[in-house]
Amino acid sequence: MSAKKFFGSGLPGVDLSELTGKLIVIEGADGSGRSTQISILHDWLEKAGYATTMEVGLKRSELIGKDLDEVKKGNSVSLSTLSLFYATDFADQLENKIIPSLRAGFVVLADRYIFTLMARAIVRGAGPDWIRGIYGMAIEPDLVFYLKTSPEVLAERTFQKSGALDYWESGMDILPSQDVYSSFVRYQKIIQKTLLDLGKTYNFTVINGNLPPLSVAREIQAKLEKALAPARVDTHS
Amino acid sequence: MRVCSVLESSLETKKRNKLDLSAKLPGRLIAVEGLDGSGKSTQVYLLRRWLELGGYKVFFTEWNSSSLVKNTTKRAKKEQLLTPTTYALIHCTDFADRYERQIYPLLKAGYIVLADRYVYTAFARDGARGVDRDWIANAYSFARPPDITFFFKVPLEKALSRVLERKPKLKHYSSGMDMGFSEDPYQSFRIFQGKINDEYVKMAERFNFITIDGSLAPDIQQREVRKIFLRMISLKDFKLKNGLNLHLPANRGKP
Repeated sequence: MSAKKFFGSGLPGVDLSELTGKLIVIEGADGSGRSTQISILHDWLEKAGYATTMEVGLKRSELIGKDLDEVKKGNSVSLSTLSLFYATDFADQLENKIIPSLRAGFVVLADRYIFTLMARAIVRGAGPDWIRGIYGMAIEPDLVFYLKTSPEVLAERTFQKSGALDYWESGMDILPSQDVYSSFVRYQKIIQKTLLDLGKTYNFTVINGNLPPLSVAREIQAKLEKALAPARVDTHS
Repeated sequence: MRVCSVLESSLETKKRNKLDLSAKLPGRLIAVEGLDGSGKSTQVYLLRRWLELGGYKVFFTEWNSSSLVKNTTKRAKKEQLLTPTTYALIHCTDFADRYERQIYPLLKAGYIVLADRYVYTAFARDGARGVDRDWIANAYSFARPPDITFFFKVPLEKALSRVLERKPKLKHYSSGMDMGFSEDPYQSFRIFQGKINDEYVKMAERFNFITIDGSLAPDIQQREVRKIFLRMISLKDFKLKNGLNLHLPANRGKP
């Protein structure tokens, strides 16, 4: 069993050796199939007898999850402020959900982690060292799956689901174009490149998110089996 | 990659500009720091009145007052949801909002910005709560150091008695009750303020604080503050073009 580590300076008062659970992260843009995969994985893990938490993601903290939507509605929030708001939301979940679950030996399935937040901040001009330093409080996941999906596929899935592209996911706050579709494609390319760069440092497992959900799930499960105690998964699959 | 090159290069430039904290700005930033009960708010109020009545471009900002973040902080404190880390981050968010929307633009516009508490308040409080000091310094690293930081130094006992003799209802976080120093709020406040005081004393030299003896009479302190201010800042550069400042406060904000 590999011991948990912090990325950087960590958190006061946490004994890492107590954290016996597994932290599995699914990263990917909206429309990359993150929630589908998490739901498939959740069933798969519970079927195999793993206690699983999946209440972790962006804007899901009790502390400020809801406030973030309000903040983003107005256009008056600037870069460092928004990054720090998200960091607060993350820290609250880290301390109150992720760490207690890992301490109880759960598998934590996180619907995105610090990487999307870092990428968004970096493309908007934040210093990479600054944002990396802030997320030095975070625990290194056991596995990070990045669902790399082409912007055209993302756009199609988003249209199918909600009929319109999101302002922030189209980078409308930083791109000059008024054409939402072009902005979306361009912004997603930039974010993807930034995430893939981060992925080299942070050891992402890159999965082709253009494939049908069940193929993606099989690929993730094959990788996960190695990371979890193999005997326990095999007996039930 | 080809598509984004223009944007990326413009973002590169932005990054550099943003991080260049040493670039000279037309405005001037003055911060006051000290314990609760050190008298710093009174002193910065008097400094502000002097500048406003003299017809200078001046802007005043206080700790923990961003309208964007205020509701969250208020609820979080009321429901006692904060850990030392989230306490640090929510205050940093509040500061970032004020910095990016007010402090920095006003410095660029050539204002004298007076800050009642600045990043050192966070360093002291978060440090006293055991948050990693380098981590917190990094979180605030987007902010410029002030041109002058006045530190109002009073003996710990004096600051404590100035606050406690009014028999205030002490709040959970400001009295350090979240740290479990003591079951008794007054005792907890004493312990916590003592730790904050230690942090301030350690920072004074490192961050070039100008120390003012906060036990002197207020007018004596103010004379000293104005003397130092004039030595370091050329007031004539900050005269309002249309004469009088029309936004004179009728009353001081807080005692």
